[in-house]
Amino acid sequence: MSSDSSPLVARAKSTGLHIGDAVPGVAKTDPILIADGVRRTFGGLTAVDVDHLEIPKGAITALIGPNGAGKTTLFNLLTGFDKPDQGTWTFSGTSISGVPAFKVARLGQVRTFQLTKALGLLTVLDNMKLGAKGQRGEGFFSALFPALWRKQDTEIEERALVLLEKFKLDTKKDDYAASLSGGQRKLLEMARALMSQPSLVMLDEPMAGVNPALTQSLLEHILDLKDLGMTVLFVEHDMHVVRHIADWVVVMAEGKIVAEGDPTTVMKNPAVVDAYLGAHQELDLGVVTGRYHPDEADPTTDAKASVSADAEAIAAAGAEEEGAP
Amino acid sequence: MDWLQILQNSASTIIAPATIAYALAALGLAVHFGYAGLLNMGIAGFMALGAYGYAITILTFGLPWYVGVLVGIVAALIFALILGIPTLRLRGDYLAIVTIAAAEVLRLLFLTSAFDEVTGSADGLSGYHTEFRAANPIPAGSYGFGPWVYNEIGWWVRILGFIALVLAALVVYRLVNSPWGRVLKGIREDEDAVRSLGKNVFGYKLQALMLGGGIAALGGIIYAMDRNVNSGVYVTSLTFFVYTALLLGGAATVFGPLLGSVIFWVLQAFLSNLLPALVSSGVLPFMTTIQASTVRFILTGIALMLLVIFRPQGILGNKKELTFVK
Repeated sequence: MSSDSSPLVARAKSTGLHIGDAVPGVAKTDPILIADGVRRTFGGLTAVDVDHLEIPKGAITALIGPNGAGKTTLFNLLTGFDKPDQGTWTFSGTSISGVPAFKVARLGQVRTFQLTKALGLLTVLDNMKLGAKGQRGEGFFSALFPALWRKQDTEIEERALVLLEKFKLDTKKDDYAASLSGGQRKLLEMARALMSQPSLVMLDEPMAGVNPALTQSLLEHILDLKDLGMTVLFVEHDMHVVRHIADWVVVMAEGKIVAEGDPTTVMKNPAVVDAYLGAHQELDLGVVTGRYHPDEADPTTDAKASVSADAEAIAAAGAEEEGAP
Repeated sequence: MDWLQILQNSASTIIAPATIAYALAALGLAVHFGYAGLLNMGIAGFMALGAYGYAITILTFGLPWYVGVLVGIVAALIFALILGIPTLRLRGDYLAIVTIAAAEVLRLLFLTSAFDEVTGSADGLSGYHTEFRAANPIPAGSYGFGPWVYNEIGWWVRILGFIALVLAALVVYRLVNSPWGRVLKGIREDEDAVRSLGKNVFGYKLQALMLGGGIAALGGIIYAMDRNVNSGVYVTSLTFFVYTALLLGGAATVFGPLLGSVIFWVLQAFLSNLLPALVSSGVLPFMTTIQASTVRFILTGIALMLLVIFRPQGILGNKKELTFVK
């Protein structure tokens, strides 16, 4: 990040999002997305089996869970990229179950992908302009007459340039997106999604494969989205990221929602520790295996416990767990 | 060996109706393959529909030739619609299989003796030129200079061909440089990304298939105006020739297909004149003249392979914009 960016300030978390106890499927005071009985099977495997889920409006919700928990499948279902076996869901009060992906996006619910989908052989600026909604020049016949769309296109370009500057991609605007680094593509994908002026932004692993410096910048951008009044739902594996920015956490395991709550409480929930974090979250494996001195241990871990833990016992326990049905 | 004659014959093909027909077909294919990323291997089928639509309208229904032009194009548009609705949801390589099969189905329908009265089956169609030639405003005689001397009929076909080509190129140029073209190029790169931005990907692909198909049919019509219609022309190798012309010029360009067709035909004419001449003058003693004239097709195939490997973007294309290896 460059030095001229605004100093990082801790931003207040949204609270009072739910009604009653924070149990799986708890009702929210102001939900933007409500899903009911969504089920998706692949052959004998039930990938997603969600009884009830509400996503709070104007907040940042993290969707966490181990690999294969069905997070991305749920994302695909809610955005119309996949069809469920059964289930209904509404977005801002409109039923969007079975609605094709492009119509869902038009309603203001945009998503990004786990594997970044920058349109490689389009320039960065064209990538951005593609994101804008309601373009007159995108109709077959009106496209033939530039007079009909030139003015709107210029406006879109101005908006794109403002966003590119904010995401520090303005110097790359004429480059093909294929020439960007992995992290820059993540930024471009997010900026492009914002071109459609969405009300709900769904980010599938926005931090995957991004270096720590860029992670910080991405986090700020996500927090900015909330400040601009958008709702964010994101899938993430990095617990520090989740603790840092999420107002609400939904935990999935084996296709079901096993816990919900604010980040601090949910991570103490035994169901979550079992399903996801594992039994040794407090240990620094570098210290346990003797590669690092206890003084060098990750500050978020318990150095003393790491020293006294036995690496082979942990590995054996892990193997046993893996083998369990 | 008469070098002057060989060069004259080669130069003459620069503005041959066949060259214009290929240019139109390649332009249609540029929309399909170069811009929308649709691997259409059935471009010969679209050309056949144009040609047969034109000839059948005149011969069977006795309608004016310009109605025939319209019918040829509309037939291709309907074919694109019928072909596109079930297949455009398929991934690129499957689309190639389906389109190649669809073009073959069309060709066999035109070839079968079941519809002999309408399609002329193996004999093809001829004798539909009278009215088209009567509409020619050019007085009888020979015009032109150098290798480009043609009679009034020759010029009439060429002029109509040029008009069609210029119009088609203008429409494609405007479209691909508009937001519509931007969506199309986005689809070529990644459908799902474009879908996630709220664009009706299927609709755009269908529009592209119809636009390119219509332009290719126009190419078939120009071809039919110049000579007879025969199902033996619209074989799969025609598709590959059009691909060669397209890739030579540049698949994701508007003027590449035009340039590629000219180079393709000039080279074909040059080789088909040169190789037999070399044999008769004893330079290639191991071949007969008939064998020599087919060698050019082998050379065409080799050229297509070399192009795809070493210069996938073609002559006019941008290397960064179109490559086969991503």
